[in-house]
Amino acid sequence: MAQAEKLESSTERPTGIGAWLSTTIARVLISLFVPVITFVILWQVFIFLRDANMPQWITAIVAIIWGVGGVWVLFSLSNYVIEQLPVLWRRRLTPFIFVGPALAILAWYLVLPTIRSFVTSFYDATGRNFVGLANYIYAFTSQEMLISFRNNFFFWLIFCTAFSVAFGLVIAVLADRTHPIFEMVCKALIFMPMAISGVAASVIWKFIYEFRPPNSPQIGLLNGIVAAFGGTPQGWLLIQPWNNLMLVVIMIWLQTGFSMVILSSAIKGMPADLLEAGRIDGANEWQIFRHITIPYIQGTIITVATTVVLGTLKVFDIVQSMTGGNFGTQVIANVQFQQLFRFVENGRAAAIAIILLVAVIPVMYYNLRQFGKQTEAF
Amino acid sequence: MATTTVPQQSVSLRKRTGRVPIGKIAVYVVMILITTIWVIPTLGLLVSSVRPPDDVRRTGWWTVLTNPGEARFTLDNYRTVLGIPREGQEIQAGRSNINMGTSMINTITIAVPSTVIPILIAAFAAYGFAWIAFPGRRVFFIIVVALLVVPLQISLVPILRDYQRLGLGGTYLGVWMAHTGFGLPLAVYLLYNYISTIPRDIFESAFLDGATHFTIFTRLILPLSAPALASFAIFQFLWTWNDLLIALVFLGAEPRVQVLTQRLLGLLGQFGADWHLLTAGAFVSMIIPLIVFFSLQRYFVRGMMAGSVKG
Repeated sequence: MAQAEKLESSTERPTGIGAWLSTTIARVLISLFVPVITFVILWQVFIFLRDANMPQWITAIVAIIWGVGGVWVLFSLSNYVIEQLPVLWRRRLTPFIFVGPALAILAWYLVLPTIRSFVTSFYDATGRNFVGLANYIYAFTSQEMLISFRNNFFFWLIFCTAFSVAFGLVIAVLADRTHPIFEMVCKALIFMPMAISGVAASVIWKFIYEFRPPNSPQIGLLNGIVAAFGGTPQGWLLIQPWNNLMLVVIMIWLQTGFSMVILSSAIKGMPADLLEAGRIDGANEWQIFRHITIPYIQGTIITVATTVVLGTLKVFDIVQSMTGGNFGTQVIANVQFQQLFRFVENGRAAAIAIILLVAVIPVMYYNLRQFGKQTEAF
Repeated sequence: MATTTVPQQSVSLRKRTGRVPIGKIAVYVVMILITTIWVIPTLGLLVSSVRPPDDVRRTGWWTVLTNPGEARFTLDNYRTVLGIPREGQEIQAGRSNINMGTSMINTITIAVPSTVIPILIAAFAAYGFAWIAFPGRRVFFIIVVALLVVPLQISLVPILRDYQRLGLGGTYLGVWMAHTGFGLPLAVYLLYNYISTIPRDIFESAFLDGATHFTIFTRLILPLSAPALASFAIFQFLWTWNDLLIALVFLGAEPRVQVLTQRLLGLLGQFGADWHLLTAGAFVSMIIPLIVFFSLQRYFVRGMMAGSVKG
């Protein structure tokens, strides 16, 4: 970052409060210029597209060209405007052509909503009457939310994180010892579910859990296996509370590839002489794994686990498609969705969002501290 | 000490050399086992989607493997879900409204701009943060880093309210903007990491020639950043293609605009027992992300490594 200072060392500081004020106002205007004009123009085209009677695929192509091209044109346009200004003003405003649109969108979509959700969480469903902590009392005492806390924490966070990281680690270590082509094929196949949506994965697994009455042929794989071994087929999605594990398995299936790929690259980054030293000292494979590999890639394991944890906190589509949150499988994000849409309880939905936000604050703090350490010269 | 260490070492060496082939075989066997377990769910889906409805209803899909003589295959399930009847035939009664082809086009219309727009905006921002000095730069970038893990749930209530007021609810534009907003922190962060490592010599001669930041960015930086742009693009494309929550909240239930994930969720509720349709429908929704994934896996992995901090 120090380089940038040198590139721009000639930037003059505005003098006096009047200059400061006008510069600031101009910066804000520039930041808003691109996104606002983008919205307006795109919106007008959309009104046109929506009302025009064209084949759907033509609409799609026009929409894509407009959306993508529109943003580009507006960046160029605002740059053109800036270049008409005197040098001093151009210098001051150029950075905001670049970062302004991103900052404006982040402000609208993430920063302000955090504050607005916080405020909304103290109001009732209409947003007009102040209700104090009522929404939080709901969030911490209602049956539905208590079940969600249990499921999110116990089943999703603990089970899902532990198993997907552990499987990912084991597979990464084992794959490392096989022929490169064999390794590549296995890893690609285990990684593949990463490209599958939660809904499609739910179709896949709901089919596996499909239940037919005993003595009729089972078409679900799990009950097929149970029946083949002489067991009694089960309605797996109805056995509380273990049906949660049936849903967690889907997430593990989706996520393990992610853990595997990242851990695998960490393992491949280990210096060979480190392992060799361990072998010469007489360590067996388990000891090498336990006392050399694990400590060496510890940081990566924490990163991967954190990513999975953040995913499990927000788990939504699997639960929504598998059970809709019924049969004791409710989760926080699904309660929020239902409060927002089915019951139009904006205050409650906002309170739940704030709880989710508070839950990720430790990770945010950690990220910021890491960032601060890495970039003292920023 | 020396006397105890040396024998130990030779013992372990002997044990190792004696054990290696068995260990090696065991590793292969375990890997084949795990890979098979991971593939079977998708295989079951694929096989069921090409079996006739009656077969899917009566027998497990694995009978195709155990009893291949009696296996029958058909593409009719795909015709039904895509709304393309066989010549001279009608689509099964009550099934004509599935039409996943429409949802596929909707999904493309959502996913492509939702991928390109945030990348473009983020690349501009990343360049600004990396190479232009301006007051508040550090503070703004710290905000971006903090936003990396903020759950998008925080925005649903306020943004939905804005959309209702602005008439953006149920429009592609609204969904593009939402995906842009929620994808931006990661995009800016990743692209910043890449763009800030470009050697500054590259800029210097351009500056001496009197090039502006805008020219340098479009002529030099964008082409140089292609690998980073590609890895984020795949990430974001899969994410927007597979998204359910944003589509449900901001696109709404109108069938005309529904995306594949919404339509598939609808099928699960509507035809919960018609596995021949559900499996075909699910595969239709998976085919493009799978193609993207397998053809561009290398870039995807690279992007994932750099961005495994996202919330």
